[in-house]
Amino acid sequence: MSAASALLLRGARTPEGESLDLLVRDGVIAERGTRLSHAGALAVDADGLLVLPGLVDLHTHLREPGFEQSETVLTGSRAAAAGGFTAVHAMANTSPVQDSAGVVEQVASLGEQHGYVTVRPVGAVSAGLAGERLSEIGAMARSRARVRVFSDDGRCVSDALLMRRALEYVRTFDGVIAQHAQEPRLTEGAQLNEGELSGELGLTGWPAVAEEAIIARDALLAEHVGARLHVCHVSTAGSVDVLRWAKGRGIRVTAEVTPHHLLLTERLAGSYDARFKVNPPLRTQEDVDAVRAALADRTIDIVATDHAPHPSETKEAPWAEASFGMVGLESALRVVHAAVVDPGQLGWEDVARVLSSAPAAIGQLAGYDAPLRVGSPANLTLYDPDARAVFGREDLRGRSSNSPYLGRELPGRVIATVHEGRPTVLGGAPVEPEELSRA
Amino acid sequence: MRHLLSVRDLDRAAAVGILDIAEDMAEVAGRAVPKLPTLRGRTVANLFFEDSTRTRLSFEAAAKRLSAEVITFSAKGSSVSKGESLKDTAQTIAAMGVDAIVLRHSASGAARVLAESGWIDAAVVNAGDGTHEHPTQALLDAFSIRARLHGPGSRGRDLHGVRVTIVGDILHSRVARSNVWLLSSLGARVTLVAPATLLPVGVGAWPVRVLHDLDDAVDEGPDAIMMLRVQAERMTAAYFPSEREYGRVWGLDGARFGRLPADTMVLHPGPMNRGLEISTAAADSAASLVLSQVANGVSIRMAVLYLVLAGASGTAMDGFPA
Repeated sequence: MSAASALLLRGARTPEGESLDLLVRDGVIAERGTRLSHAGALAVDADGLLVLPGLVDLHTHLREPGFEQSETVLTGSRAAAAGGFTAVHAMANTSPVQDSAGVVEQVASLGEQHGYVTVRPVGAVSAGLAGERLSEIGAMARSRARVRVFSDDGRCVSDALLMRRALEYVRTFDGVIAQHAQEPRLTEGAQLNEGELSGELGLTGWPAVAEEAIIARDALLAEHVGARLHVCHVSTAGSVDVLRWAKGRGIRVTAEVTPHHLLLTERLAGSYDARFKVNPPLRTQEDVDAVRAALADRTIDIVATDHAPHPSETKEAPWAEASFGMVGLESALRVVHAAVVDPGQLGWEDVARVLSSAPAAIGQLAGYDAPLRVGSPANLTLYDPDARAVFGREDLRGRSSNSPYLGRELPGRVIATVHEGRPTVLGGAPVEPEELSRA
Repeated sequence: MRHLLSVRDLDRAAAVGILDIAEDMAEVAGRAVPKLPTLRGRTVANLFFEDSTRTRLSFEAAAKRLSAEVITFSAKGSSVSKGESLKDTAQTIAAMGVDAIVLRHSASGAARVLAESGWIDAAVVNAGDGTHEHPTQALLDAFSIRARLHGPGSRGRDLHGVRVTIVGDILHSRVARSNVWLLSSLGARVTLVAPATLLPVGVGAWPVRVLHDLDDAVDEGPDAIMMLRVQAERMTAAYFPSEREYGRVWGLDGARFGRLPADTMVLHPGPMNRGLEISTAAADSAASLVLSQVANGVSIRMAVLYLVLAGASGTAMDGFPA
């Protein structure tokens, strides 16, 4: 199928509500209109389906190199395609760490070879993620991987001076620091959002202030040195207040929220089921309401998955011994649908912004600024908004199954994904790697 | 009762039921041959991932008085110290054919995870999980208070209106948590006394009153006062400045003990730091329940093992040989 030189989507509905045909040829959108035809094109009946710009994840853990038992570039990018993504930003906490040109180029080229999505490596802020000295930010920025996003994600750049220098230095390369906001001393041994529930369960509390204090500090640092700051996985109502204040002041800060922080609350930890253990932790309903409202009023700019695969044995354990993290690529769009589209807080145009054009802009990823326009790269997702089904193991296309949504009914279904003109998902299933591989 | 994981799974009737069965068990202890055939042929495994000689011996004594076989697994020096998981250890022990697992673990929720994971079929008794709960300790505390108040007339009674004050490191105490829930469901009025650093952030939602002044709490003349063990490592984590200050401000010293009414019961889950959270005058006084707590612990654990292994349903005493 991938051999088809052209692809014709018939009758798809755009986020703006327009119904049209799209002809994809040579990797770009060649024509846009009604009753299009093209000899030899693979025709896809998209009647009743929504066509979205290809989704872009700013926060993915692909685990390769080093943790291939959890995920690889191949399995993670296949999971991404299954969820409607056409580009992911692969976090730096691999082994070896993505802190040099060699490693980021390797990861980027693996992504290119497999072809499911564009893999954009994130560079580490500090060498070895040790939080002591800067990594080779310039070399990574100038490498073939053209790294623009730098993050020690999983760890906070807690040293104020190192953070200041990082913000200043990446400015030189027009990059952005994506901060994992977690004050380390306030979260020593922390397991669960600090509040009534953590006290009752006897799990060490993870106070909201540990996140909020770092965001406030970093926003002020970014203002002071005139740099861009991106805040990863915002999870508390207080963080939203700080961001609103910072944006009001004109500070160049962007922020993301994960699908799980839009939908799930700490209550799910009540049974000590480690599937719900994640960093930052699930919070309260008030926090969920606050991050939803912030996404709607653009205080929070984007949704990012923080897809964090772990092998099952690290989750089959008492809570304190289990690892932090959830997979999220395959479920992200459906969860956003359930959390903010169904309640009416976001329309599909907003979804296209928070899951595609805005994350692409933050990551400086070209080709996503004029989606669905003639001449634009053909990165598309066909989505059935009227479908509804229980999320199951068969929906997971990566190597790990630590999803908090298994067994939960979710709206929507990704029918097809097109990456640079080539279908990566058809009929709701990823195409085989061999068909796609450009090796 | 399938498992005993948390006292929050026990309503008033179920809790009183366990205390009543423990009364029957206590009578057995007074016999010439303090042994019942009830659990003959059944095997109880003590799975202790954390050292606790007292609790382990108490469960062992309880199982043996009911004629059960007992096997004991201590994590220290075992495969666990080589990284074996709870799942593998429990499945290994279960494969030897055990009917109940008594689990002590440093992780909160370990007993619930073991009971609900489907890894094993055996009944699970929580013998202390992290800083979450220690259900049999709370049951034996309630039993001891009830026995002191009502003597032979204890059966069927709860602790309605009894004022119990718990003092010390509430934040890290599974004993405090289990006591708060259990004593409250038995009708007692619970007061917690601690510095703010040693109280959980969400304590406002608990069915308790919180005081920060031990002298005020003493002068109220509670019916029972329970002193929690203070751990030296809390000091280095800045929960309080020094042992000296802790003892001075939060300890039941001779002067405070002297101001308590003569019939105020003094409890301590042990092991005690004499001179720190409790003075010898208080610990060795006639008001002290410390040793009866230990004795009653065996009766309570007999009752719990009986209920999870032989109790047909609920807390009824079906087929229990009087």
